[in-house]
Amino acid sequence: MIKRLFIFSMLALMAFIFFNLASNYTESDSLSKLGQYYVEKGPQEIGAPNLVTAVVVTYRGLDTLGEVTVLFISAAGVGLLLRRSRRRQDDKILEKGEPTEKNISTHKAASEIVETATELLLPMIILFGVYVFMNGHLSPGGGFQGGAIIASGTMFLLLALPESHLSRLMIAITESLSGFSYVVVGVLGVIWAGGFLDNRFMELGTYGDLFSAGAIPLIYTFVGLKVGFELSAVLDRFRQEESGSA
Amino acid sequence: MNILTDFPISLIVLCSGFGLILLGLWGMLTQRHLIRIIIGFSLMDTGIHMVMVSIGYVTGGTAPIINDAVPMSEAVNMVVDPVPSALVLTAIVIGLGVTAVMLSFAVRIHKAHKTLMIDKLTESKW
Repeated sequence: MIKRLFIFSMLALMAFIFFNLASNYTESDSLSKLGQYYVEKGPQEIGAPNLVTAVVVTYRGLDTLGEVTVLFISAAGVGLLLRRSRRRQDDKILEKGEPTEKNISTHKAASEIVETATELLLPMIILFGVYVFMNGHLSPGGGFQGGAIIASGTMFLLLALPESHLSRLMIAITESLSGFSYVVVGVLGVIWAGGFLDNRFMELGTYGDLFSAGAIPLIYTFVGLKVGFELSAVLDRFRQEESGSA
Repeated sequence: MNILTDFPISLIVLCSGFGLILLGLWGMLTQRHLIRIIIGFSLMDTGIHMVMVSIGYVTGGTAPIINDAVPMSEAVNMVVDPVPSALVLTAIVIGLGVTAVMLSFAVRIHKAHKTLMIDKLTESKW
């Protein structure tokens, strides 16, 4: 009872704070100073039409590196938590006298319509993901969004064809290489331009072209590949966990 | 009385965000099922993102993409603030990572105890 009362009074206090914040809120009719600087100087300095991308990749590039690191650590944590201990696997083999493959194939297969649709749509979904992260500096989208689309393609594959096997080595190699290249591009910015993750060590190119805005398409390609493969690995971990205990 | 001037769109988004934060907090504090607690966390996360985005809104502003539709000379008066959008982009990705780790903890707990009700997980109480 006291606990209930405590929770209720806490929520009421929070609601009171929020009400005060909301009642004093007036919509701003001009940009903040920082936003104004980015909007005025961004297109000339960075050469990217999409200013959110300019902020994420270049002005606040270090934050994005931290973000990629957090995502990497959480993917690694999921891998560690959902790892099937080898000893238990060996026990299972000893008990049953056969490998665990039988456990994995307990999944009910999807219908033929779903399977055919997957084969037809999967390349397009992945292509769309690549499009989103390649055009991150021109249109809404970017590395994280493109990576999420690629991972949704993986989800689709795992739902439709539960037997399909993702090469963990391939995922690990692509992920580490793209993460490493991201940092290398950042260091190249220190050597040839103003600082870490400065995109201007490459030609800015024609404003609005696909290959413009210096290193931003390159950085977003690495981020997109890394995020896509990382999230695919996370999904694969959850899938295997489910089939392991089934 | 014009609803658009009395309740501008960003105020509506702000209030919905606050509502989601409260709802998520309520869920996290009162629910006893681990998955529901995680859902509460996700709701609160989404609410915070909505609040942050609404703060960056400028009356009548459009997406901060400078192209033919938004000429460079007038861009300052036409676009919303790009900084909160960029921060929310970061926050969404980190929220996703945290949710994934929480779910994998839930999977481990279910594997060890065959339950997700936190009342039955007594061994870690002091």
